[in-house]
Amino acid sequence: MSSKLKNAADLEAYRKRVAEKSRPSGKVVAICAGTGCCAYGALKLAPAFREELKKHGLQDKVMVRQTGCHGFCERGPLVVIQPEDTLYQRVKIQDIPEIVEKTLAGGEVIERLLYHDAGGQAYTKESEVPFYKHQMRLILAHNGHIDPTSIDDYIAVGGYAALGKVLSSMKPEQVIKMIKASGLRGRGGGGFPAGVKWESCRAAKSEDGVRYIICNGDEGDPGAFMDRSVMEGNPHSVIEGMIIGAWAIAHPGKPAGYIYVRNEYPLAVERLGIALKQARELGLLGENILGSGLNFDIKINKGGGAFVCGESTALMASIEGFVGEPRAKHIHTVESGLWNKPTNLNNVETWANVPLIIERGVEWYTSIGTGDVRDNPWGGSKGTKIFSLVGKVQNTGLVEVPMGVTLRHIIFNIGGGIIGGKRFKAVQTGGPSGGCLPESLLDMPVDFDELTKAGSMMGSGGMIVMDESTCMVDVARYFTHFLADESCGKCVSCREGLKQLSLILQRICDGQGRPQDLELMESLSETIREASLCALGQTATNPLDSTLRYFREEYIEHIEQKKCRAGVCKSLIRFRILADKCTGCMLCAKKCPQQCISGEKKKPHVIDQSKCIHCGVCRDVCNFDAVVVE
Amino acid sequence: MEASETVKFKVNGVEYTGQREQSLLDVLLELGYQVPHLCHHQAVTPYGACRLCLVEVQKGKKRRLTTSCNYPLLDGIEVFLDTEKVMRNRRTVLQLLLAQAPRAEKVRELAAEYGVTDTPFQVEDAENRCINCGLCARVCRDIVGVEAIAFSGRGLKKRMVSPYDDTAEDCIGCGACVYVCPTDCIGMKEENGIRHILRWKRKLPLKTCSVCGRPFAPTFQLNKFAEWSGRPREFFDKCQDCR
Repeated sequence: MSSKLKNAADLEAYRKRVAEKSRPSGKVVAICAGTGCCAYGALKLAPAFREELKKHGLQDKVMVRQTGCHGFCERGPLVVIQPEDTLYQRVKIQDIPEIVEKTLAGGEVIERLLYHDAGGQAYTKESEVPFYKHQMRLILAHNGHIDPTSIDDYIAVGGYAALGKVLSSMKPEQVIKMIKASGLRGRGGGGFPAGVKWESCRAAKSEDGVRYIICNGDEGDPGAFMDRSVMEGNPHSVIEGMIIGAWAIAHPGKPAGYIYVRNEYPLAVERLGIALKQARELGLLGENILGSGLNFDIKINKGGGAFVCGESTALMASIEGFVGEPRAKHIHTVESGLWNKPTNLNNVETWANVPLIIERGVEWYTSIGTGDVRDNPWGGSKGTKIFSLVGKVQNTGLVEVPMGVTLRHIIFNIGGGIIGGKRFKAVQTGGPSGGCLPESLLDMPVDFDELTKAGSMMGSGGMIVMDESTCMVDVARYFTHFLADESCGKCVSCREGLKQLSLILQRICDGQGRPQDLELMESLSETIREASLCALGQTATNPLDSTLRYFREEYIEHIEQKKCRAGVCKSLIRFRILADKCTGCMLCAKKCPQQCISGEKKKPHVIDQSKCIHCGVCRDVCNFDAVVVE
Repeated sequence: MEASETVKFKVNGVEYTGQREQSLLDVLLELGYQVPHLCHHQAVTPYGACRLCLVEVQKGKKRRLTTSCNYPLLDGIEVFLDTEKVMRNRRTVLQLLLAQAPRAEKVRELAAEYGVTDTPFQVEDAENRCINCGLCARVCRDIVGVEAIAFSGRGLKKRMVSPYDDTAEDCIGCGACVYVCPTDCIGMKEENGIRHILRWKRKLPLKTCSVCGRPFAPTFQLNKFAEWSGRPREFFDKCQDCR
């Protein structure tokens, strides 16, 4: 294995050597090996490609590389042929002989493997596919190009250059000043200016010089996977950010690092582990890093899957070996955090932003995003943000855009709009405790402050798109129940409050809502929000509050008219067969699990309402749109 | 302990001084203010579970609702008791507690003091008295040094339990948990020379004093005391009065 790099010049020399090796002159087959594509069987593709290439004698001319997540997970497994940038989607092992023969040997494009949009138009280049074209990929820039298990790949594309620069030419205070000036705000959801946090942590008293540098990788929002993708796809970018942080926050003291990752992210844990080992071997972690005198190493701490452990103090309690319960933060964790030492915790994506800022400068970074952060780090939202765009949109996956683009841009230009020509109804941003924003706010710029003003939040970047077949009361019920379940259960206001709120919402969905329930929920909502200790309780009523604010009429319909306009709440709907559309094909009668549909062949069928369980199978199987919900 | 620092603060406009980082609730109670609380005891670390000791605190430009038990006294803060916001939220908390633990006498009394006699919320267990404040476990761990009981689960499933809901094998039967429980939901009785801590399913035979012949403490507990203190086992054969 390579010997340790002694200084920044040594690193640059090393970079030159590996750059030649990892950027071959010939073609590269970049296969996405993110969790999504792996689930589709992507890991079988690389060996199959190599074998097939051998058959054609191309094994030395074409490089096969497993890369990090490309983000367009829904279309996996994704394969990109470089340098042409040809994107093949949903590639199966059977497609490989054809790809090798036609594309790699013959230079021909295989039409059927290309991405086609809803209108049927095909796109050859990855960069031209609307899903990618409208993004600004900075954090995810290298994900699709480098092998996350190779530190050489990362170094070849400029990795650790920011660290080299910092350790050879910048004082810790200068680094902090730069991060502060960049306006970088916490990507985990809080939006707290990272530079301000670093500065406070550096200024805090530590008798023995120990300061903890923590990366929060406990991404727990259902449907959100941007941090996972960064950890899996480009783990060194996070590690580099943390080493720079250790220098800025704790040098010449004793910094110690932790990455807290959920155990449900086995691939992230594995790749971070490999990356840490490689960084140690090159001397980028350990004693006297690049001859700077900085001593720093990072441990991985696997979380047990509690949502609340993403809260910083609960996370620290969990590392200490205690139950993951948040504590009051009147004394901030930068002063007294992990084991009562000054502790600086940032999210995965925040750390990954750091090398970029150092390398490309404050002026460049602040040119992206909203507001003005020159005198006030809260004055705007700078840089990009990764969202995991899911739900009823055509294109789901990871989307990185500059702060300040509109929801419409994300959902319609990148996401390709709503599936099946249905109408957009709402988008929930910020995970389970985010708010649901209506169509009238689609042109709102997406940044920390605008989302909060609208009654939602940035959160860690979840974005769930809902169409007209979504019942907003049901959505509030679902997320309130999720949060009641995931509350640590310490505060009465959160534990009992969310339980009761969830019961009231359930009752409304069951058609048992009472007129006074709206008022009761509003007063309960205040107490959950105001009287709970941590951010889980304080934001837990966002789904309720935002749906009450923007979709109040649906609540009233549920309570007063016992009607669910989306046809979701089972107690409030009934399925009926339209006699004029029913052809008497008998399919629904066959599939009905209750066997409560009757009728003769070629004659209209009827549902026995007394036996119907509202499962909707009849509607799903009907080929003539003869089953309606009312 | 570090040398304590004296800080100035105000309560409802009246100026006081106190020791930095002391529990605000303790400070308020010492000053003679009435602040309702169930999960707090001066002897153990504040926890902030019952959310009844709510106050409003102004620190710099920010004024916010907070529990006072786990609020550390800081220089220059202004505390407001029983504001409309405090009262409104405290009443809702009491309504929630009434629904959770309808049989808890102390909760009913406190609620009545604040004009809450009924709850609009759903009662799940009409017999329940436990409010999950965790004071029992904190006293057991921090004062007794045993940790015989703990919370299990989280959120809706959070409960104070003995290990595996079976006999609490480490329990020394000291009764400290029974004593501090604000809602009297643990229970202890002595019968036929046996002490029974009801909730933790712990039954311990009592030692009879070698002098006066009175059963005075569980043998298991006395063995632990001998072990912890290093005193000869015989020392614990006599009750406190006969030693």
